[in-house]
Amino acid sequence: MRYAETGFNLEIDLSRGSVERVATDPNLTRLYLGGQGTAGKILWDRVPPDIEPFSPENLLVFSAGLLLGTPVPGANRTAVDTFSPQTDRYSHSLFGGFFGAELKYAGYDKIIIRGKASGLVYIWIHNDRVEIRHATHLQGKGALETAALIKEELGQTEAQVAAIGLAGENRVYMATIEHANSSASRGVGVIMGDKRLKAIAVRGTRDINVAHPAELYNICPPMYQEIYDNPQCGDPMAHEDDEEFHVDNFAWGHARKRVKGFWSKEREEKWKAITESVRLRWTGCYNCPKDCHQAIKYPGRHPYFQKCYSKLTYAMAAFEELEFNYNILGLTQEYGLDGFSTPQVLAFAVELYEAGILTDSDLPDFPSDGAGRFFYLVERIVRREGIGDVLANGVYHAARQIGNGAEEYDHNTMKKFEQVPLKLGMINYPYFLMYATGEKMNITQIEGSYPQVPIADRKEREKFVKGWDAAPERFKKWFMEWEPRTHPTVEAAVNICDWNETMHYIDDAIGTCAFLSSFRGQFGGRTPYHIYNLPVFISHASGIDLDSDGLWEIARRNRNLIRALNIRRGLRREDEKPPEDHWKKRDPEMETRLLDAYYEFKGWNKDGIPTKETLDALGLDFVSEDFLERGILTTRKARPANEASAGEGQD
Amino acid sequence: MRLRRVKGRTEEKGAVTVTNGPQKRAVKGIKVDVDKCIGCRACEVACSAFHASPKYSSTNPARSRIRVVIDELNDAYVPVRATDFTSAECTGRHAYTITGKQYRECIFCGVSCPARDLFREPDSGLPLKCDMCENDPPLEEPMCVQACPHDALIYEEREEAGDAAEVRDELEIGLEALSKKHGRQKVIDALARMSKSKRGAS
Repeated sequence: MRYAETGFNLEIDLSRGSVERVATDPNLTRLYLGGQGTAGKILWDRVPPDIEPFSPENLLVFSAGLLLGTPVPGANRTAVDTFSPQTDRYSHSLFGGFFGAELKYAGYDKIIIRGKASGLVYIWIHNDRVEIRHATHLQGKGALETAALIKEELGQTEAQVAAIGLAGENRVYMATIEHANSSASRGVGVIMGDKRLKAIAVRGTRDINVAHPAELYNICPPMYQEIYDNPQCGDPMAHEDDEEFHVDNFAWGHARKRVKGFWSKEREEKWKAITESVRLRWTGCYNCPKDCHQAIKYPGRHPYFQKCYSKLTYAMAAFEELEFNYNILGLTQEYGLDGFSTPQVLAFAVELYEAGILTDSDLPDFPSDGAGRFFYLVERIVRREGIGDVLANGVYHAARQIGNGAEEYDHNTMKKFEQVPLKLGMINYPYFLMYATGEKMNITQIEGSYPQVPIADRKEREKFVKGWDAAPERFKKWFMEWEPRTHPTVEAAVNICDWNETMHYIDDAIGTCAFLSSFRGQFGGRTPYHIYNLPVFISHASGIDLDSDGLWEIARRNRNLIRALNIRRGLRREDEKPPEDHWKKRDPEMETRLLDAYYEFKGWNKDGIPTKETLDALGLDFVSEDFLERGILTTRKARPANEASAGEGQD
Repeated sequence: MRLRRVKGRTEEKGAVTVTNGPQKRAVKGIKVDVDKCIGCRACEVACSAFHASPKYSSTNPARSRIRVVIDELNDAYVPVRATDFTSAECTGRHAYTITGKQYRECIFCGVSCPARDLFREPDSGLPLKCDMCENDPPLEEPMCVQACPHDALIYEEREEAGDAAEVRDELEIGLEALSKKHGRQKVIDALARMSKSKRGAS
């Protein structure tokens, strides 16, 4: 019997219309756990680098994390993995809600989609019964509207649905996959649309078994209570009406301008009143007590769910007020557009218009106000009409297609992907490394365990470190040494980046939410889940004997495998550059040192390629063999893997 | 039904309690506050784990005796407890509007009924019914209530006027079931016949 996982994947070829239920190798679970980890292995094995993202051979993989469907609280994230046409690299996103758990109860750990349907279809999974059904009647329907229509036509109110909106149907690069209160972004919705797959509906009524029932259940309800009680996890900012942090620290417009003095008590009162007038309730994801999502009903819009900082991304990009943001989200959520990258693209177009690079012939009857312009552009982008067809490819590609100096305005992308609109003063060592080397495209998916700022008061610092259960010992030492306005050492910076991303690689394999672990440690340090207690949950649920070192090693394996996917598609050191203006004061010499040190620490060569020794030590021999065959690595041991990397991991 | 009237105290198994005069009846209940529900369905996880065999060995909301019926686009989140079985669905339906929000009648209904997929054991199709987590020793509160820190579910024990239910033994319950099926007289006759033939044989 398999524990925590079902032991089966669902393979669907939309070109042939075939469906297969395929047993999986339990050994892969031991090596990669599940979720993003096992999805990475599938992409490595089956999507060679010459496969274009829009090829039918590209795969779109939905993976329920290993712990989904077990009683482990907050394990509800589904990873979606593929290759993105925007970056031509590995594309990865996660969504919460209820879909992944339902998939497990239907008897599958993953849905692997290949091929392309001849017309718009949706997939209906009801335990053993799987159907590919016509979806032409759903063409152009909103994402949440589609979910409601599918449930109605199936007579299955309990089905869970993940769907694309018009943006995905028209292969807009910023398209999302929407499900209940959650969505997956960063280049996965466009592939779902390319495969002509409007939605997946799933209903499952099977058991998920766990290896050590009593032991696991002894620790789950107390963890549920801890998550509920712990004010540092979940999304505490979402519950605050004081938005000073966001409006002061993030850049407005096309990641251009810090606006100081915008925030006031009057504005807070006004915004609070608006939010309270449109909020229906707070909602949570499967088996998690945190209520991080607002259910919103804005007049004239379908009800939708708002999460995280998307509350302000459109407003700040358009230099508008909060009410506009609630209004446009009602539209963009139904169209299935990413609330982080889309506002950047819209603001980029406005900038080009104001610079005279885009003209009235590109944008006939272009409104004069920020709000009007954003609505105008959204409608064109989701339909790929006129200039919208170009903007739908994201800032990097649009700038080059438009030309005429537009490239100069592409200042906030990295590896061809829109970054969070942050423009800061002094270079930050760990952040430089996270931006430069992260495979997950958005800093929020890389940062998170080590605090962003030091604590000035030594007594307070000591107190913090004393209760810092989540941190391996070496970080406590570095944090104690960290004085305000100073940089950590290169060694500390390297380790901080490593720890931060390691925790994300764990979450993304087992399906626990980053708001309970990998993203939240940076704010207060007390995460419900961490490297020391997660192995216990994983072991009791899955039966895999695991300790902290073992878990760290799996994360390292997954991290190198994902790295390898991008290396094989051409990623090299020269791509690992945060936007030029991300920090006003750069330090090229130190940046080189940092990158060298990080690569060495990771066991990568000077070009950022994992060495044969590193790969082989992690059991990734098939990667090193492939690299040697392709000439990505040579047999000559050009630069040795750092000896110290063998000790990488736990103190 | 055998009732345990006081939290933390078990009745002796198999005892027959005869009650005299007017008594009060203890009723266990769960108060549901639909406004406090965040739709996380932890109650379903807890219920299905508790009722798994062996206990906690598996999770499956389809086996849960409490379900959160969610209608996202209408902002309806209603935890419903499985009650009785019916072989036929209602002949008509109501729709309620409560403070401006519309609810389908079935959303409040805990009956295992052919009109929908709720409260049926997924393998056998047999109806599921909430037993308030009957357990020996008894739980402080049913599992679903324990799983809800948002207080959308609140356990209560109240007393209602009426005869306290006697504590009956298994034989009595079995005989009553036979009486229901065959008629009381037939059961008496059968017993009489059996005792007679037994006497004759000895």
